[in-house]
Amino acid sequence: MRPDIYALPRLSRRFFPIWQRNFLVWRKIAAASVIGHIADPMIYMIGLGYGLGSLVPEMGGTSYMLFLAGGTVCYSTMNSASFEALYSGFARMHEQRTWEAILNTPVTLDDIVLSEILWAASKSLMSGIAVLAVVWLFGLSHTWLSLWAIPLALLVGLCFASIGLIMTALAPSYDFFLYYFTLVITPMMLLCGVFFPVAQLPPVLQIVSAALPLSHAIDLARPLLSGVVPTQALLHFGVLLGYALVGYYVSLVLFRRRLGR
Amino acid sequence: MITVISARQLRKSYSGQTVVDGLDLTIRRGECFGLLGPNGAGKTTTLRLLLGLIAPDSGELSLLGEPVPQRAREARLKVGVVPQIDNLDPDFTVAENLLVYGRYFGMKDAAIEARIPALLEFANLANKRDAKVPTLSGGMKRRLTLARALVNDPDIIFLDEPTTGLDPQARHLIWQRLRELTAQGKTLLLTTHFMDEAERLCHRLAVMDQGRLITEGTPRELIEQNIEPQVVEVFGEGVEAWVAEHAARYAARYEISGETAFCYVTDAAPLLAHLHGHPTLRFLHRPANLEDVFLKLTGREMRE
Ligand SMILES: Nc1ncnc2c1ncn2[C@@H]1O[C@H](COP(=O)(O)OP(=O)(O)O)[C@@H](O)[C@H]1O
Ligand SMILES: [Mg+2]
Repeated sequence: MRPDIYALPRLSRRFFPIWQRNFLVWRKIAAASVIGHIADPMIYMIGLGYGLGSLVPEMGGTSYMLFLAGGTVCYSTMNSASFEALYSGFARMHEQRTWEAILNTPVTLDDIVLSEILWAASKSLMSGIAVLAVVWLFGLSHTWLSLWAIPLALLVGLCFASIGLIMTALAPSYDFFLYYFTLVITPMMLLCGVFFPVAQLPPVLQIVSAALPLSHAIDLARPLLSGVVPTQALLHFGVLLGYALVGYYVSLVLFRRRLGR
Repeated sequence: MITVISARQLRKSYSGQTVVDGLDLTIRRGECFGLLGPNGAGKTTTLRLLLGLIAPDSGELSLLGEPVPQRAREARLKVGVVPQIDNLDPDFTVAENLLVYGRYFGMKDAAIEARIPALLEFANLANKRDAKVPTLSGGMKRRLTLARALVNDPDIIFLDEPTTGLDPQARHLIWQRLRELTAQGKTLLLTTHFMDEAERLCHRLAVMDQGRLITEGTPRELIEQNIEPQVVEVFGEGVEAWVAEHAARYAARYEISGETAFCYVTDAAPLLAHLHGHPTLRFLHRPANLEDVFLKLTGREMRE
């Protein structure tokens, strides 16, 4: 009798009006949001890039600035999707009861979760494009291959939105998200080669790093910005997609358990 | 008469606690049906079951001819919902709330825009079109929620405690609007714990307690079938002693609540004559109403 909470996602086009809704909210604060997307990576790259860059003129075969840019594209997109999926998603689900309002219409929870992921990934896309703009503005990258960073930002967004929504589905309150950021996101930033090559880590941590999605994102982004076709691109792509799909399914099951009973 | 909502032996429990317990419900097209019950009776859960938002443990359900929850999505195309707790979009203006909500029903922007003026007129919000939701009063928010529930021109409207927390003026305006909807032929299913609301608005009522329907009928039937027609409320100094000594002789049934004795009688004359001669007691004689029925059926003790 009960629809199985473990059923595969039931896809429908009815997710789109929810994406539109989020976009309309975003449009009202678009200016601040765009400035944030640009200023954040800029501050990093100016601060760390010039500061460390003068001490470490070269890293991984490129300038430290370009090395940092590859990390920052992924780090920024990861952060955008994570904040959107966790804090804003929780506000829509819990605090503002937006989901509750939507569920009274012909839209289902499956549609909502899909639209949340796509919306958070859209934020990543914006953030990825902003970082890329900064990279070009600084004259760091001179290759058309760097344009691949744009679809990559979308994929990284899908990946971290899906994982982030698992946290949202489990969260009793906003405080819960602090664990995720201090225990998952920050270590990921340090272990996955945003600021220095993973090869500098002890072997055990290198193994951990290889299992984390951000490493795979950076292994794609860094060569692309340098104008080199990434090695093992299919593997990296597959890992990111895998995380996205598993995260989507797990979060959907958890949301069904939380809200649909 | 066409049945638009039907529930058979509906059951739902949460971690061992039965919240809806063998509920049978039939609602006909065009009627205003009231689901009454104290806090925690299971009213909201029943509505969520009927909308297909949660699945019952057992039982059969249909909404507008569609089996629920299997085809609840299709059924909800023609349903409007006013939830118990406001969930308007705080980031949007009044008109944007309606536009965005209409899109969830798959309506085209132009079709929604065309409906917005009439909806705002209906909700007395025509001059608030571009106001942001947080600037609205409680009554305005409720009216906007009602307008939002009508954006898809529904056949049935679910209203979960539509006037709880509103001041009398705001309540009366909502009541007037709900009567207009009934006059237009819409089916209304509303939950409430205000008996005056139920008595004024509803064609038929069901009283629910602890997940079970205790009784069902028109407001008049409920009063006639469940309770003596006359009530004499007795209060004042010495009421307890008076009850102990005399109440049973004059009243078929009586209850004491706080400082007042409620005497339920078929013929009030002997009791009134007796009370007229009493030096300290005061009293109020009135016909029995729905609140008396409700309190008789669900008890006088506090819930929550
Ligand atoms: N999702 C849920 N999980 C656990 N208990 C619930 C849930 N929803 C409702 N209940 C319980 O079911 C009972 C009936 O709740 P509800 O239907 O909201 O009553 P009413 O609307 O009549 O006040 C309450 O005791 C409430 O705590
Ligand atoms: Mg309720």
